Parts: sequence; structure tokens; C-alpha cells
Amino acid sequence: MGVARYIKNEKDEVLDVILQSGIHIKPVYTQKDLEDIGFNPQEDLALPGEYPFTRGIHPMGYRSREWTTRQYTGFGTPEETNERFKLMISHGQTGLNVAFDLPTQMGLDSDDPLAEGEVGRVGMAVDSLRDFEIAFKDIPLDRIGVGLTINAVASIMLAMFQATAEKFGFKKDRVSATPQNDILKEMIGRGAWIFPVQPAVRLIGDTIEYSMKELPRTNPVSVCGYHIRESGCSPVQEIAYAFQIANTYIEEVLQRGYGIDDFVRGFTFNLNVFGNLWEQVAKFRAARKLWAKNLKERYGAKDNRSLLLRGIFGGGGYGMTKAQPENNIIRGAYYALAAALGGAQTTALCSFDEAYTIPTPRAALLSLRTFQILMEEIGLRDTVDPLAGSYFIETLTKQMEEKIVEEMKRVDEMGGMIKAVETGYVQREVARQAYEFEKGVQKGELIKVGVNKYTEGEEMEVELHEYRWESAEEQIKRTQAVRRERENRKVTQLLKELEGAAKAQKNVMPYLLECCKAYATVGEMTKVFKEVYGEFKEPSIF
Amino acid sequence: MEKKIRILIAKPGLDGHDRGAKVIAQALRDAGMEVIYTGLHQTIDQIIQTAIQEDVDVIGLSVMSGAHLPICEKLTQKMKEKNLQDILLIIGGVIPKRDIPLLQKMGVHGIFPGGTPFEESIKWIKEHVRCET
Repeated sequence: MGVARYIKNEKDEVLDVILQSGIHIKPVYTQKDLEDIGFNPQEDLALPGEYPFTRGIHPMGYRSREWTTRQYTGFGTPEETNERFKLMISHGQTGLNVAFDLPTQMGLDSDDPLAEGEVGRVGMAVDSLRDFEIAFKDIPLDRIGVGLTINAVASIMLAMFQATAEKFGFKKDRVSATPQNDILKEMIGRGAWIFPVQPAVRLIGDTIEYSMKELPRTNPVSVCGYHIRESGCSPVQEIAYAFQIANTYIEEVLQRGYGIDDFVRGFTFNLNVFGNLWEQVAKFRAARKLWAKNLKERYGAKDNRSLLLRGIFGGGGYGMTKAQPENNIIRGAYYALAAALGGAQTTALCSFDEAYTIPTPRAALLSLRTFQILMEEIGLRDTVDPLAGSYFIETLTKQMEEKIVEEMKRVDEMGGMIKAVETGYVQREVARQAYEFEKGVQKGELIKVGVNKYTEGEEMEVELHEYRWESAEEQIKRTQAVRRERENRKVTQLLKELEGAAKAQKNVMPYLLECCKAYATVGEMTKVFKEVYGEFKEPSIF
Repeated sequence: MEKKIRILIAKPGLDGHDRGAKVIAQALRDAGMEVIYTGLHQTIDQIIQTAIQEDVDVIGLSVMSGAHLPICEKLTQKMKEKNLQDILLIIGGVIPKRDIPLLQKMGVHGIFPGGTPFEESIKWIKEHVRCET
């Protein structure tokens, strides 16, 4: 989808191109542009795998290792999700990324009255350990890393994952989970928040501290510029806000007395890929460099492994359109190209039917095939950072870097990300831009093929995933059986201990693990936290 | 002077995707309407209560999760119970074409799937709200 503005004359010649980040693209770039912007190949670029990692975090890029493919997957019951996981793995997918339904994301059990109509709809329903035992049955958890797309109750789900791995006999130092676990971005852009800012950030601190000691292969937090961009911000703000959110979590752990090099290599990022191709590639390159600098200069990190921006670059949801949905297959291929040229370690794509509902197996497989074609047919494994040294790309990378630094400064001046979210500054900024963007589309200043140009009138029919009401019934039956069959006295005792730990501000992870093992439900554990912490109140932004 | 149209933009249920709700809220405000936004995670009862308290002419729901049918069924029923039939009920979001007749049958007055031009929604609302002068 077009996100740059094109200024043209009557003869349809392009006079100016203005990227969403506000940068003007010139018709021709030369050596002089690099000189004017003060480009220094050693300081700005170096080699792949060398500080400041502009060119990538591995010396050999995709030659040493292809990216991990991790389509966002989950719907209905754990049985249905398990079947889809296996399908994707059998077709060459190399990681998992679990989609949870909204009740689970909001810490509600499937039989909670507030969950009615939502059970298993946008993801898999998880109430107790029994559900994870089914969802991960026969999945080689020592080989397949698992992304858990959950935030407000990520601590509970990480404990649930550890309990599952233990039950299946995998050693905890062999399994790798990546809970999304980024609550500040939920408050800005995705809305699945429960607890107030301070205790919510403390819970994230608990998962980072716990993983550092107990789950060495787990990446306890995946900071998401992604959803803030989906909500309307520019690519520059996407990175600036993500880094300032990450800094908030870093400071939460530092104040517990740990050194930056003890834990920060567990941080990963989730960044978006839709938009102008060049702007995306420059964004990823600038981001890698700035993250390394941020850790070295702001926090004094010494270990090279602490400086690496790792992450999933993918999705592209906002670029996809409902009109002429097959066009989304083509868009997806270019978005994946941006991720590959940007050096993504992990990737995923919104499928072409996702503007309607969650993907059919056919649509999900097409996304997977897109990655396989790029890596195995088109030549994206051939050489590391192939656009390096381009007058244009290096100039743009440096311009993006400068703008990200400016935007980060604005947040610093406001007193940091917690303040910026509590006062509603970021939410207002994002909403304002979303409105401007939509106006641009409706006026035809931003081109969306099939939407405001080259339209075809009649909407085409697509085969859609069907929601099964029976899934919700089956899920509720199972959870009620779990509650009857477990040792209820023990569960009550463990929930009381969890409450004590939360009140005393102890790390709650070991307590959650015991609760999960005893088949306490997500709803029960969340209720304990709600009673101790209270609930987040949204700042009014109008 | 003509009375300003009062509209409640509401996010029912658990879905937190509010880009569309906030965008249309700004567009309606720029079109001269009085816009009240509920914020996220509203129950049907909360929405009804706010609508009564704020004395709105229109309730505009934004639903992206696919749960629009059960949500609208409950809401239209409650509106009947409370005798709120004079409030216009409209919905926007991810609404498949095949669900439009079902929503209309329930008593949803206007359906504006994602991507509907602002102009169209604004014109429809202005035409359908009978303004007292």
C-alpha cells in the first residue's frame, strides 16, 4: 500500500516523493549525498557482525542460517490448533507463534460471562495446563522455538509453557519461548491490557529476571513497534517508541541490582514491514545500529551479544486490503522482500485473507511459500546486506537514524515512556496520524491499488475460515472437568501463596509455575493479580 | 441554531483494536458532531448506560474481532428492553458482506465496513438523525 506522497505535475512526472517519516526522496543520489550527510563507512557501516551492526548481526547473514519462519497460528480448541501447528511444520515452517483468543489475552476463562462469543475466535482458548498439553502434543519443543503472542498475562503463559515442557520431559535449558510480553505497546496500540502501568511493568521485570536464571534460551520480551505502527505511527516513531519502551523494561531490571549484560540479550523486537520498500530497509538498518549504540552509550553494555537487535520483522497487516484480496499475496511478497533485505532473523506474514478473518490453511501456506521462494529461488541468501554502499540506501539509513534519535529525545524530555503513555501523549500522536493517513487515502493522495485506484466494483468472493461454536462448548466442558478433577484444596493454597508473593512484590514466576502445575486456571491467577494490583484506566485522548 | 448530533463511539467486548474507532471519532467531530468515546472493553450494559447518560442520538459500534453478531444481538435486545428504539444503532469494522442482512434483521440501522468513505457515513448519519431545532 502506498504510504509515500507523490507530488506530480500535469504531465504525470514525479516532482517529489515524501516518505511517511517526512523524508524527501531525491531523483538521483551520488557520492556527494554521502559526503553531505557525513557518512563514514567505518563508523556507520563496518562489516556484518561488527559494531554498530548496521549490516546485520551475523557475519555470514543468511548464508550461515536462513530466517526462522513463524506464522501467527491458533484458533478454536487446542486440538484444532495442534493440528494446524503440525501442518505448518510438515510444510517446512521452523518456529511457532501462538495466537490466543481474546478471553485468554484478557485473563478470562472460557466460561466467564464476559468471554461469550469470543472463545476460540481470533486464537486458541487456553484456560489451564491441560490445554497446553494438547496444543503442544508431539511438537519437538527442543527444536522448535515458540512465540507466545500474549502480553497482560504473559507471565502466566510463560509459566504454563515451562510446566508443559517439564511435563513432556524437555529440560528447561533446552526449550525456547518468546512471550510477546510488551504491555506498554498494548496501552498504546492493541488494547489487551489489564493491570495498571506500574505493576504491569513489574510483571515484565519478573519474567526477565526469572528467565535469566531459569530459562536461558527464552527471550522473555519481544518489544513491538509493530502494533504501534499498525495503529497509525510512522516508521521512525515505530522504532523510537519501541526503543523507549525497551529502555523502560531495562530500567525495571537494572533497579533490581543486575548488570545490563546479565539480561538484555534476551530482548527481541517485533517490527512491521508494510510501506515504502526503501524506507523499510533503511529503518531496519538504522534500528540495528541505534539499538547497539543505545546499549553501549546509554547503559554501558560491554558484551557484544548484548548489542544485537534480534527480532521478527513481518506481518504487514495494515498494508493488506479487503478489496481485491488476491493483491495481498503480491503485497506480502514485497513485504517479505523488505524483511529479507533488512536482515530479519525471524519472519511471518499476514495472509491474503486476513483482512476478513483468520487465515485458511491454504492462505497460511501461501505465506510460508513466499518465504521459501525468496530464500531458495530468488537469491536472498546469496550475500549479506546486498544494498550496502548504495548512495541512496546509506543516505536514507542515516536520515532515518537522525529522525529516530530526535523522536527518542522527545520521549526523554517528557520523562520517559511510562509518563508518555500515562498522559496519553503517544496515543494521541498515533490517533492523529491514523486520521491524517485515512484522509490521505480517501482523498486519493495515498494510493491503495484496488481501493482508491484501479477499482473493480463487485467484491470478489473468498473462501473464509469458519468459526465453530462447538469449539467454545468443547472448551468450556474441558475446563469445567479440569476444575472438578484437580486437587482443589492445593489450588486454593497455591493461589493464596501467589497473592502473598504479589503483595510482597516478590518475583511471582515460581509461584505461577506451581499454580500452573496444579491446573489453576488463567482466570483464577489473573483474578489474584487484579485484586492485588487493580486495573488500568485509559487516559482520555479526545 | 441546529442542535448538534450526539454520537457515542463504543468498543464493545474484549477487542482492543481501536484505530478505526478513533479515526471515525475524529472525522465525525470534524463534521460538527458531538462525539463521546467509551474507551475499550465495554460491556453491553455499560454502553447502554453511557448512551442514556449522555443522551445520544446515535450509538456507533466498532468491532474488529468477528464477534459482531453475538454483540449486536445482545445490544439490540437490551435496547428494546430499555425502550431506546429512537437511538440509531450503527456498526463499523471487519464485517463480512454475508452478515449484513443478519445485522439488519436484528435491528442495526447502518453498517459501514472498514474503508467506507467518511463522507458516506457522515451523510447517512445526518440524513437519518431527525434533529430538533
